[in-house]
Amino acid sequence: MDSAAAFRSPQDNSTTSSVAVRSGGSVTALVRPVEHPLGHLDLLESLAIFIIREVAAESERPVLLFSGGKDSAVLLHLAAKAFKPGKIPFPVLHVDTGHNFSEVLDYRDAQVEAEGARLIVAKVQDSIDQGRVADPGPVASRNRLQTTTLLDAINDHGFDAAFGGARRDEDKARAKERVLSFRDSFGQWDPKAQRPELWQLYQGSVRPGEHLRAFPLSDWTELDIWQYIRRERIALPSIYYAHEREVLERDGMLLAISEWVSPEGGEQVRKETVRFRTVGDATCTGAVQSSADTVEEIIREVSASRISERGATRADDRFSETAMEDRKREGYF
Amino acid sequence: MTTLPGSPPAGGPELGVDTMDLLRFATIGSVDDGKSTLIGRLLFDTRQLFDDQLTAIETASERRGLGEVDLSFVTDGLRAEREQGITIDVAYRYAATPHRKFVIADCPGHIQYTRNMATGASTADLALVLVDATSGLREQSRRHICIAALLGVDQLVVCANKMDLVGWDRSAYQRIADEMESLAHRLGISSCTVIPIAALHGDNVVTRSDAAPWYDGPTVLDALESARAGGWAAQHGVSQGSGARLPVQWVLRQPGGGRGYAGMVNGGPFRVGDAVLVLPQGARTTIRAIETADGSLQRAEVGLSVSIRLADHLDVSRGDLIAAAEGAPKVTDTFEATVCWFQDRPLTVGDRLRIKHTTRVTPVVVEKVTGIFDVNELRVVDATELRENDIGVVTLRTATPLAVDPYEADRITGSFVLIDELTFATIAAGMVGPPRLHD
Repeated sequence: MDSAAAFRSPQDNSTTSSVAVRSGGSVTALVRPVEHPLGHLDLLESLAIFIIREVAAESERPVLLFSGGKDSAVLLHLAAKAFKPGKIPFPVLHVDTGHNFSEVLDYRDAQVEAEGARLIVAKVQDSIDQGRVADPGPVASRNRLQTTTLLDAINDHGFDAAFGGARRDEDKARAKERVLSFRDSFGQWDPKAQRPELWQLYQGSVRPGEHLRAFPLSDWTELDIWQYIRRERIALPSIYYAHEREVLERDGMLLAISEWVSPEGGEQVRKETVRFRTVGDATCTGAVQSSADTVEEIIREVSASRISERGATRADDRFSETAMEDRKREGYF
Repeated sequence: MTTLPGSPPAGGPELGVDTMDLLRFATIGSVDDGKSTLIGRLLFDTRQLFDDQLTAIETASERRGLGEVDLSFVTDGLRAEREQGITIDVAYRYAATPHRKFVIADCPGHIQYTRNMATGASTADLALVLVDATSGLREQSRRHICIAALLGVDQLVVCANKMDLVGWDRSAYQRIADEMESLAHRLGISSCTVIPIAALHGDNVVTRSDAAPWYDGPTVLDALESARAGGWAAQHGVSQGSGARLPVQWVLRQPGGGRGYAGMVNGGPFRVGDAVLVLPQGARTTIRAIETADGSLQRAEVGLSVSIRLADHLDVSRGDLIAAAEGAPKVTDTFEATVCWFQDRPLTVGDRLRIKHTTRVTPVVVEKVTGIFDVNELRVVDATELRENDIGVVTLRTATPLAVDPYEADRITGSFVLIDELTFATIAAGMVGPPRLHD
């Protein structure tokens, strides 16, 4: 497959690409009706760049976690902006469940290459082969297994800080987490004993074996992400935009037919016009019915949505009331 | 009636991107004053909650045998919080009305989680204070209001909550309003609005209540929408006018030679050609260029991450400060500070710690403990040690000199944290200078 077809820049399909939100590359050219000259996207971007520079400076071996999803695309874009005209001074790590949308892998390789970063791939399959985790079977979700693979990769490479694209609006446990989130030598998060984090004094010292997770997008919402993707014309995997696909309905979610998802006991395969709101393990990431095929239409759709991003698309969060907290305590993203 | 803002604006040529500002606010109040319930109500009534989130809250409420939907579950997301019905750590929530994005820090009220409350309040533009009308202002709330004020939060929206339980008695409201106004005055708070509400039922939260015809002020949402926004650091530095500063985070090497000093602007804007000092060294030069990944700027606004190129070749590295030559901060290794102490062991003279101030980390020793701040008397009383959650006045001496401003002039160059030398935990928050009080 031609990798160029696997992802699209919002510029390519924008029906209103003449709407330039910046003129001459100068943010001071923005006309704003309020007293402060920077809008909310400017402030979110600036703080994210500040956090990325701060963690990169204070840690010995940082790494950026990249899934190929929209949040990690924004994170990679911000990391590149933080160090221009230089290169991103840390590698990019993809924890690969093996259950991928092919468009996402093509996109990942192209984006990482475009930014001149070094890509490390840690495979859940390797953790299974080495007996580090039990094989749940070829078609079961490998989402939770990623924790072991991630922690092993952090340990093997000696990473002391890992940037992630998690946002506090995604989940009630994430809403509680610091921008710099401390992990003990077992990779565990202790939500009852988080470090105070005042002002912009992000304090990232850790002892050997411990590490930090850094979340520069903490205060961004799904809508902010899309508005920023539009403003910065960030390319995304094509599966974020409406397309026709064979799907089946399972547990109230539309799953894409793939190597790992096929109809069981009376499930009907049908063609639908769908898009993905998140990108994760293909066996547990649901598609949503949508005709939104431009970034502007997606912004309208997200603005009007009555279902949260993870509620619509993630089977793994439905196990229990505190599914995310439980996974995070173990060391999940 | 207040218009229900619902979702941010859909459609329109600009899709709301450039017309929204940002207000950060923190909630303050004692245990059971109803902070989390108010935030839940505010989000529910402005339609910021998603259907699946509501379903999850209903299920969780039912499972615990609660008669009605417990809106505090919107923010109390941790297992231990739901078990105990308390808030342990700050929950951040997001809401938007057509012209304003809100970042809400729902802070814990328990004294043992003061460190988490301070975390939420340190970046707030405004504090939303909950007072239980049946019991009045408690000491713990006074403590947290004092901490917020010392942290520089100078706008208060005070909710006299549970007014339904006192029969919407105007005198109960008035007692709280009088007490709050005198406290706000002493603490130098510029704006204080007191609103009678019943968070559980939504009276005067988003919708004006008929229950208190004697009250003609704003609803909670009205007050939040009309408050001063703009980013806490930006607003503070600009309004107090400390002068432009940029703590150097990272040195960017330019292709073809030269160095760009990367960091965030605070205290005032920088312009190309401005005379600046590099501190603590004290070298004087001018700004040759201001750059971002999107191109060069003639002027860099407060709050913007940029890189600055200087006219002269100087030795500048991470931890140094580029400051407007006029009104530059003081360079010193010994200074008085107001400290919130978060450790269970006390802070005493001779303690050795590390300090992080702007982008510099250096060893520090406690030279003197002057006293602790009494939240009831609103003055500093003599003491020789700071115990957990005390606010105290100390004198610190650092291993390398720092370029500091008084906290009230600049929230960035006037603030620091103290770090345990062994565990690297953050164990105190500090502000340069004594507590600021008005008579």
